[in-house]
Amino acid sequence: MVPAEPIVDIRGLRKRFGSNEVLRGIDLAVAPGEVVAIIGRSGSGKSTLLRCINGLESPDAGTLAIEGRPMRLDDPRAMRDLRQRVGMIFQSFNLFPHLDVGHNIMLAPGLVKGRRGAQGEARARQLLARVGLDDKFEAMPAQLSGGQQQRVAIARALAMEPQVLLCDEITSALDPELVAEVLAVVEMLASEGMTLLMVTHEMRFARKVADRVVFMHEGAIHETGPASELFTRPQTTELRQFLAALD
Amino acid sequence: MVSLDFAAVLEQWPLLVQGIGATIWLVALAATLGGFLGIACAWARTWGPKPLAWLAAGYVESIRNTPFIVQLFVIFFGLPSAGVRLSPEWASALAMVINLGAYAGEIVRAGVEATPRGQVEAGLSLALTPGQVFRRVVVPPALARVWPAMVSQIVIVMLGSAVCGQISARELSYFANLIQSRNFRAFEAYLVATAGYLVLAIALRRLLLWVGPRFLFGTVWRG
Ligand SMILES: Nc1ncnc2c1ncn2[C@@H]1O[C@H](COP(=O)(O)OP(=O)(O)OP(=O)(O)O)[C@@H](O)[C@H]1O
Ligand SMILES: [Mg+2]
Repeated sequence: MVPAEPIVDIRGLRKRFGSNEVLRGIDLAVAPGEVVAIIGRSGSGKSTLLRCINGLESPDAGTLAIEGRPMRLDDPRAMRDLRQRVGMIFQSFNLFPHLDVGHNIMLAPGLVKGRRGAQGEARARQLLARVGLDDKFEAMPAQLSGGQQQRVAIARALAMEPQVLLCDEITSALDPELVAEVLAVVEMLASEGMTLLMVTHEMRFARKVADRVVFMHEGAIHETGPASELFTRPQTTELRQFLAALD
Repeated sequence: MVSLDFAAVLEQWPLLVQGIGATIWLVALAATLGGFLGIACAWARTWGPKPLAWLAAGYVESIRNTPFIVQLFVIFFGLPSAGVRLSPEWASALAMVINLGAYAGEIVRAGVEATPRGQVEAGLSLALTPGQVFRRVVVPPALARVWPAMVSQIVIVMLGSAVCGQISARELSYFANLIQSRNFRAFEAYLVATAGYLVLAIALRRLLLWVGPRFLFGTVWRG
């Protein structure tokens, strides 16, 4: 197999908050359609890494390219262009509370892509159907369960037609019985070829869906490999301890 | 025992109606433009570049720490020496816009500052510009959060417009004053004016509390 050109290409990425060096030189190349699960202790820099990839944090050093195009933090238009290609889903859903579900989904395509009116609505309904919420177009976010809100957030991100989706612990704020419905949507996206970088504590899910697992430790990629190997034969003591602490 | 003669006041009803109309016009203008000015100020102080933030802070503090009637006099008696001559009504409207803008700026700012960080990040991650995020994501829920305070402030400004009669702006209190100077029924004239303000204030408060969630920041805000 000829290795495809990486869709996300991170080299030597460094980030510090004051004296706290959170990312200490990250190298990570993600192939199109690849599903990467990022695991690691609290504070190891997982969120910061994801946030750098769509420019919510600005790295101090290193390079970052999406689809071969280097990120240009100083150019707001280039950043918005990048964010159309890299969607992000958050732990706390972050639906817009004043807009109903349909308008949560249609807001950005309408403003950014000029896709308004019937066209925008048809697309929003289609996306809602994909996440299993066809009947919630008119519902307000506050009327939905956490799992439903997170599925709306996924539909909202998909509405921008991203090539890459960043998921930061998207099931961590959910009641246990609602986790499965959200993971099912993620699994569907993975099977359809979406490139996914997901920070997760759902090890069973990572094992099932991820092509590759990245274990972060103290701001660096400490160990990485296919899920089957990483979980069954961890090479470093840190990963062994991390996995042991989960059981 | 006072003998009250309301008929002597009420027979001047066309003047009273004109005064009420003018007061409504003043508060409508002040609420609309002052509201926008307040949002702009809140933006400048929270999201704006430093110089703008300082400018907005200076404006807000100088208005909030001086009496409205002095602001009115500065505009009506002071501006002509700078070559700007306004009618009493327009001077009153301007003073009310500037006054409400400052208070609304503080009120809206509180709402903006209570916006969860994640809302802004969600907007940015959907490729919206910072301006779009502020207008479409931040402001509507911020307004919803502070709407009761905003409504109270608008009512206060409406009641404060009574002093605009001092520069002969032809609003409700001006006409009450005019009527009592004609028929010497001061008590009755001002009681009628009081009733007028009371009804206006209650109606205004109810109207705004009804309008806000439906048309300003509720589910209808879709644009
Ligand atoms: N905006 C910020 N300002 C200052 N420090 C920050 C900021 N964001 C993150 N940090 C710090 O950076 C470190 C890494 O944070 P990060 O959120 O990336 O960790 P994480 O691996 O996602 O952890 P968790 O599993 O708890 O979400 C932490 O020590 C955190 O306190
Ligand atoms: Mg995190």
